[in-house]
Amino acid sequence: MSSKKVSWGLFSLLIVAILVLSACGPAAKTPVATKSTEVEVFSWWVGPGEADGLAAMVKIFNTEYPGVKFVNAAVTGGAGTNAKAVLATRLAANDAPDSWQAHAGQETIATYVTPGQVKPLDDLFASTGFDKVLPKTLLPLISQNGHPYSVPVNIHRSNVLWYNPKVLSAAGVTANPKTDFKTLDDFFAACEKIKAAGKICLSLGAPWTAIHLFENIMIGTIGADKWNGMWTTPPTTDWAGADVTAGIANFAKALSYTNSDASTMSDWQPASKMMVDGDAAFNIMGDWAYGYFANPAPNGLALKPHVDFDWAVAPGTYGIFNFLSDSFVLPTGAKHPDATIDWLTVAASKAGQEAFNPLKGSICARTDCNQALFSEYSQDAAKDWTSNVVVGSLMHGVVAAPAWSTSIGTAISLFQADTSKTADFQAALVAACKADGTCK
Amino acid sequence: MLRRFELRLPQFLLAIALMLMGLVFILTLRSNPLVIADKNLTSLAVLVSGLIFYTGVLIIVSMFQSETVLTIALLLPSMVAVAIFVYGFIGWSVRVSLSQWKGLNPDYTFVGLKQYIALFNNDPRFIIDIRNTVVFTVGFILGCLILGLGLAILLDQRLKGEAIFRGIFLVPMSISFIATGVIWGWLMNPATGNRITGINLIFQTLGLKSLISLWHSSPQPWGMVFTIIPAVWQLSGYTMALYLGGIRSVSEDLREAARVDGASEFEIYRYIILPLLQPVTLSAVIILGHMSLKIFDLIVALGNKDIRLDVPGIYMWVTTFDGTNYARGAAIGILMLISVAILVVPYLVQNMRTETEL
Repeated sequence: MSSKKVSWGLFSLLIVAILVLSACGPAAKTPVATKSTEVEVFSWWVGPGEADGLAAMVKIFNTEYPGVKFVNAAVTGGAGTNAKAVLATRLAANDAPDSWQAHAGQETIATYVTPGQVKPLDDLFASTGFDKVLPKTLLPLISQNGHPYSVPVNIHRSNVLWYNPKVLSAAGVTANPKTDFKTLDDFFAACEKIKAAGKICLSLGAPWTAIHLFENIMIGTIGADKWNGMWTTPPTTDWAGADVTAGIANFAKALSYTNSDASTMSDWQPASKMMVDGDAAFNIMGDWAYGYFANPAPNGLALKPHVDFDWAVAPGTYGIFNFLSDSFVLPTGAKHPDATIDWLTVAASKAGQEAFNPLKGSICARTDCNQALFSEYSQDAAKDWTSNVVVGSLMHGVVAAPAWSTSIGTAISLFQADTSKTADFQAALVAACKADGTCK
Repeated sequence: MLRRFELRLPQFLLAIALMLMGLVFILTLRSNPLVIADKNLTSLAVLVSGLIFYTGVLIIVSMFQSETVLTIALLLPSMVAVAIFVYGFIGWSVRVSLSQWKGLNPDYTFVGLKQYIALFNNDPRFIIDIRNTVVFTVGFILGCLILGLGLAILLDQRLKGEAIFRGIFLVPMSISFIATGVIWGWLMNPATGNRITGINLIFQTLGLKSLISLWHSSPQPWGMVFTIIPAVWQLSGYTMALYLGGIRSVSEDLREAARVDGASEFEIYRYIILPLLQPVTLSAVIILGHMSLKIFDLIVALGNKDIRLDVPGIYMWVTTFDGTNYARGAAIGILMLISVAILVVPYLVQNMRTETEL
């Protein structure tokens, strides 16, 4: 009897629950606001400087396209590594953002162009006149079969030699890094003096910074043309040849002047700090280091340019601009392709790049930005950007597909552990090129 | 099974109503995603709707008056979930590892064991991974067992404040490997000269200059050996708890009997307690072993992907997500699974046998 009562009670309770739920169910399940006026932009710009730059560019976007809602889908962590994993998952699930950040060059081409995830941007480049304000040597590096596939927003320089003038003069180095390091041997001669004075010549950080060093030593050894020749299909510079051997020898020598605890450093900053602290004389790092040196605390060390630190082009690379760039793409599966074009137009525009770059600490990809907005270093770099030979960075995704640059990175790290194995290292580089399919 | 089916109309109607409700919700959600406060809750709503539907199913099943049927019905959802999300994805990873998938678009072209052969044949990095895993696993398990047993025996002496010590020894286990790695990375900083810091600074201050070490950036295999220190620090307390439980379960009568027969305290441990702790040691080896074979976070935090401290987990991450070589990454993952399976499966099989005997 009682059990029957209980179940009846339960029954009526549930019926009521069903009625209530079905009454409010549809109300709660309002469909997503699928306004066509929305643009979801995916990036890994969340850190100081870069997030501010993005916000400044979004502000310009909002003024120019008030009808389009900007959705910031930035993913934090790992200098983009986490973001790329998230993006790959979203693309696999056919849930592409309306545009996403990608390193300009082969990283974009191999990862997104070859699988057909993004569309060419010839029309946008022509209609906005963007192609006319870019350095001529840049376009081939961001294009596939003559079609550009991404809008470079900013340009960073990889081949910068940062140095501590006080350490140099204390060690009796008279050579001026801005003009006198025409070859790596000139640089190594200065290193000998610094070593004799009991300081580290070249500070090095986390494992990836060794790859960064490798590319700049290689360019400094073989020059721009032969460096570019390493990445053409098929390569015109022989990976097994004497040029690469000479570059490897110089790389080994450069490593011998570095600090022994490099691999335990968490990133590039501790190595750069060693230089400004006076423990080391030189540091080869991209120009994002400028913000770290010069910006006020807490994001920078608030140091004085030319006094506490100074800069030159990496040894042997005078007249060469080794670049990397963040760029945005037009996805094949964009949900709001018109809004994406609006976003890319702002990203390519003078106003957009002038808003973004001073805050990010990079220079405009355009050559016509108002230089008064920029730091002294950036003005320097911008002059070189318009006049130098532009070559692409290996570490930062311009010249090689991710799979290839990852295996080169592995070979470099193995070599770093034992720099006597030069032949093994070169053989590993040849094998990596073959595995990529670029070498026969 | 269907011998006794007792139809109770009210429950039956309720069940039908629940099932219908679940179905209607799912069908509604298919076309109308559920968004509350800018959060897309569709998948959660589908799950809840599925549960409502399944509750209806369970009510009907319960009318069969058979415990076996009800048991199966209750277990079915989790069995299906495990089948899909564990075994299904293992199967899928195996398939990927036998393919040539490189880049964003899946390419399931069957290439046999090519990825595995490439790893073992001419991949110096994978050889380093195997060596490092072996060094780490052996050192980590031995370290935890010896230290854990030692601590357990010390605590077994019924000293005052035992609970406090037990707490102190167990605390490191509650810290994540990432945090352990970062902190020990600071402690084991190998910098010298005026940048000296961490334990090396303590040694310098104490005048023990000969003890100043390069720590985990020492030449291999010693560098890898140093990574064992934080791991043992973190898990020896846990091993101690396992052993202490084992020691305490040895009956006092047994010890008393041994004492009466003239055994010393040492002999009691050597001949009575240690042999009785064998099953504890076995479970500890399994638990610690499967952790160290899959180790990733601790090493990443300590070594910043330094190749000399590379382990298969890091190589898999780099290959898959930095190199977008999904087939090769899957192959590394499957090899890790096999290495853990070699350790765990015999244990599970043995467990199942003893359970059926009981």
